[in-house]
Amino acid sequence: MSKDKSEYLINRKDNQYEVVIGLEVHAQVTSESKLFSTSSTKFGAEPNTQVSLVDAALPGMLPVINEFCVKQAIKTGIGLKAKINKRSVFDRKNYFYADLPQGYQISQFKDPIIGEGKVILDMPDGQKEVGIERLHLEQDAGKSIHDLDPKNTFVDLNRSGVALMEIVSKPDLRSPDEVNAYVKKLRSIMRYLGTCDGNMQEGSLRADVNVSVRKKGSKEFGTRCEIKNVNSIKFMQMAIEYEANRQVDLIEDGQSIDQETRLFDTKKNETRSMRSKEDAHDYRYFPDPDLLPLEVSDDFIEKLKLEIPELPDEKKKRFIEKFKLSPYEATILVSDYETSNYFENVIKKSDVKLATNWIIGELFAALNQNNLEITESPISAGNLSKLINLIKDGTISGKIAKTVFEHMMEGDKDPKKIVEEKGLKQESDPKALEALIDKVIDDNREKATEYKSGKVKLFGFFVGQVMKVSAGKANPQLVNEILKKKL
Amino acid sequence: MSDITKQSLSELIKNIKDKKLSSTEVTKAFVERSEKSKELNAYITEDFSAAIDKAKKFDENPNLDLKLPGIPMAVKDLFCTKNVKTTAGSKILNNFTPTYESTVTQNIWNEGAILLGKLNCDEFAMGSSNETSFFGCVQNPIDKNLVPGGSSGGSSSAVAAQLTPITIGTDTGGSIRQPASFTGIVGLKPTYGSCSRYGIVAFASSLDQAGPMAQNVRDCALLHEVISSYDEKDSTSIDFKRNNYVKELTNNIKGKKIGIPKEYRVDGMPKEVEDLWKKGIDYVKDCGAEIIDISLPHTNYALPTYYIVAPAEASSNLARYDGVKYGFRADGENLIDMYEKTRSEGFGAEVQRRIMIGTYVLSSGYYDAYYLKAQKVRKLIKNDFDEAYKKVDAILTPSTPSSAFKIGEKTNDPVSMYLNDIFTVPVNLAGLPGISIPAGHDAKGYPLGLQIIGKAFDEQNLLNIAYAMEEKINFKNKIIDWWIK
Repeated sequence: MSKDKSEYLINRKDNQYEVVIGLEVHAQVTSESKLFSTSSTKFGAEPNTQVSLVDAALPGMLPVINEFCVKQAIKTGIGLKAKINKRSVFDRKNYFYADLPQGYQISQFKDPIIGEGKVILDMPDGQKEVGIERLHLEQDAGKSIHDLDPKNTFVDLNRSGVALMEIVSKPDLRSPDEVNAYVKKLRSIMRYLGTCDGNMQEGSLRADVNVSVRKKGSKEFGTRCEIKNVNSIKFMQMAIEYEANRQVDLIEDGQSIDQETRLFDTKKNETRSMRSKEDAHDYRYFPDPDLLPLEVSDDFIEKLKLEIPELPDEKKKRFIEKFKLSPYEATILVSDYETSNYFENVIKKSDVKLATNWIIGELFAALNQNNLEITESPISAGNLSKLINLIKDGTISGKIAKTVFEHMMEGDKDPKKIVEEKGLKQESDPKALEALIDKVIDDNREKATEYKSGKVKLFGFFVGQVMKVSAGKANPQLVNEILKKKL
Repeated sequence: MSDITKQSLSELIKNIKDKKLSSTEVTKAFVERSEKSKELNAYITEDFSAAIDKAKKFDENPNLDLKLPGIPMAVKDLFCTKNVKTTAGSKILNNFTPTYESTVTQNIWNEGAILLGKLNCDEFAMGSSNETSFFGCVQNPIDKNLVPGGSSGGSSSAVAAQLTPITIGTDTGGSIRQPASFTGIVGLKPTYGSCSRYGIVAFASSLDQAGPMAQNVRDCALLHEVISSYDEKDSTSIDFKRNNYVKELTNNIKGKKIGIPKEYRVDGMPKEVEDLWKKGIDYVKDCGAEIIDISLPHTNYALPTYYIVAPAEASSNLARYDGVKYGFRADGENLIDMYEKTRSEGFGAEVQRRIMIGTYVLSSGYYDAYYLKAQKVRKLIKNDFDEAYKKVDAILTPSTPSSAFKIGEKTNDPVSMYLNDIFTVPVNLAGLPGISIPAGHDAKGYPLGLQIIGKAFDEQNLLNIAYAMEEKINFKNKIIDWWIK
């Protein structure tokens, strides 16, 4: 595994700096109801319509753990090849804020539900392993809305109490590209598991990014800054780039870096100090006395293991071995659970090689152009596989297939019907083709003579004319053969 | 029928079941006496006319199979009651009316009882004399200007003065047993996890427990039977088989082993308390039980441990009273200013003191020295009891180190106030059941109580011992209705 090609270094005069990055990803648990209450978690509801007495922290209200969320966390832990802690403890993280009704967030501090694990990244120059430090369950806060009134802040508690998994990586990441690959891989694993939908626009996945720099070759970590609550991969990359350069500039200038919490301003593309270490909150963590320690049995964990689907790494391996895909093709096709499913559905009844090319090529391009997800594809897997079979059995040429594909994109139509309706069927009858070719030669006598006298380049002209007259339907292979004879 | 309010709960139930009394008659009698007893300041919120309406409705179609058929009852204002103001004795909740009912009170209404009103208590149950209530001190019916104990002071006063036939309180460090002792009534703090905490304004979650307060042990057993239930809405509620406490009540405690812990002979304990304890030992012996000297070596550390654990939890539990969502709000320049003004105006001095202590012991750099150490000591205290229960079935101690004191006597000395709970606090720390029964009077004629501490979930045995002792003691409360003109 060579690192040279993609090594991300910041150069200043004679010095080269390495960037060290660790991520705390906050992933919303896919669950009908909240972590400690029965309110709905559905996105986009009217403000304060999904708030129970517990979520609003009314006097005397008590949290009751949602077993489903615990299962989701454990499944995620299994997906991260991590240690499942049979005993974990919920703590209170105390701080005052208007959108934190209890005055504390229920989280896990000393004893998280999931311990150390790992994630494998497929980088252009090989695989890289990123360590997972821990995963713990915690409540989300509500939302403060500052722009509805000049004097007052409004609070929406719909998110209050929604279950989050905080997934803390080890400081193993070294570049914005690795961060990109890491977040995508994490999201992919959780989507395979159905434990987090990974929808960054709806805030289901966001991250605190810890960045430090050190001179290349140094073993010690530099002082880190934490960039809070970054909600897209692109912003994470931009923030890291800015922050790493800022730190390097400080060092080059002979200054020291203050450990602090920073915010990323997406409009100005810069990070700004939010609070210093001295101003850091004292969260006064202590075990929540309203909740007993969470204990899960071996049996409980074993049953969950049976529910774990084939995960991207294993699926990739299978695709390469069974379908002879290249690692590049396999990586693309397994990156997303739905894509891999689509692929497997297409190849149930059609050629693997053609299917791979059509999905990675035409389909992805068309979906991209229309800003669609694979699940929203206008072309069903069944119909794509029919199209591929039409190419394979010679009913249509690859070129015609692209026209059929365009029609299919307009609505999920059976490609056979499109071929019939539009009369796109390939003409492979030698007699019909001969007649066609005779007519073309007849219409271009001069050129035919020129060809015969040695101007062989004109062969292409005749092929083009035949295709034109046949409206592209003539079987190119047969046209070639017949033309050669006739000329 | 005259003197309805002098009847015990059991007598009232019998008379209602025998149709000698209607719920309306009983309810009106308690309402009338409560109306005449405003000077006691036992109520924060009266719900009298609604109570009489409910009683009339009960009488129209009485279900006499219920355990508390048409029985009127006032409850401590720490229990959330649907559509009836619930203040926890605090200004910060002075305008708060819950839309929900606590599990414990719901259990009570399900058995046919009727809410009379909400009883005064120390603010957020923090106090031992009811003097921290935003709604003022409560008078002990035993004597003018005498505290009724706390924090369930409105409850103890109301039962002793017969403004309610029975009531419920909550006990975090002695808040049922100490006021019961000060007013000459019976008060039971059940095993932690017996009664649901759902809908009870929280003080210290790992210690809080609701329990009955009554004129006698039988009534206490009956109410305990009603309120004790497993509740999925409280994660610390425990699903164990609950007894028919009344049906199984017996005064036969022959052969039971009763432990006497030497550590409870504290310095400066008045002689009359010492004598009462000795008398208690004699009563137990008379009942055929065996006395065994035991040691609970970490007793001395219970009070400091309690005053770390309870304020720590309270400081976090009370964070929700911030002026944002409900309750009192003082306007401020910005969010922080609003928080500060709301909480300094909304909370009284004792509550603020405990929030400060709690915040301090949890803060980084002090957590290990205080909170963590306190949790370790708490475990040692529990171990003491576990060891003792290898030898004995229950433990007998005084309920309090003294009888009731005068209003204002200890308000400026929090530590001497906290010392009131020295015998009751270890029981909460260990999560055990404890009962206080009236056992005699001091020279001033003020009642004194004895405490029996049981094994976890052994309320039946505890009630039986109390029942047997009650018979021997034959206590009579000396109340002369001094407040009724």
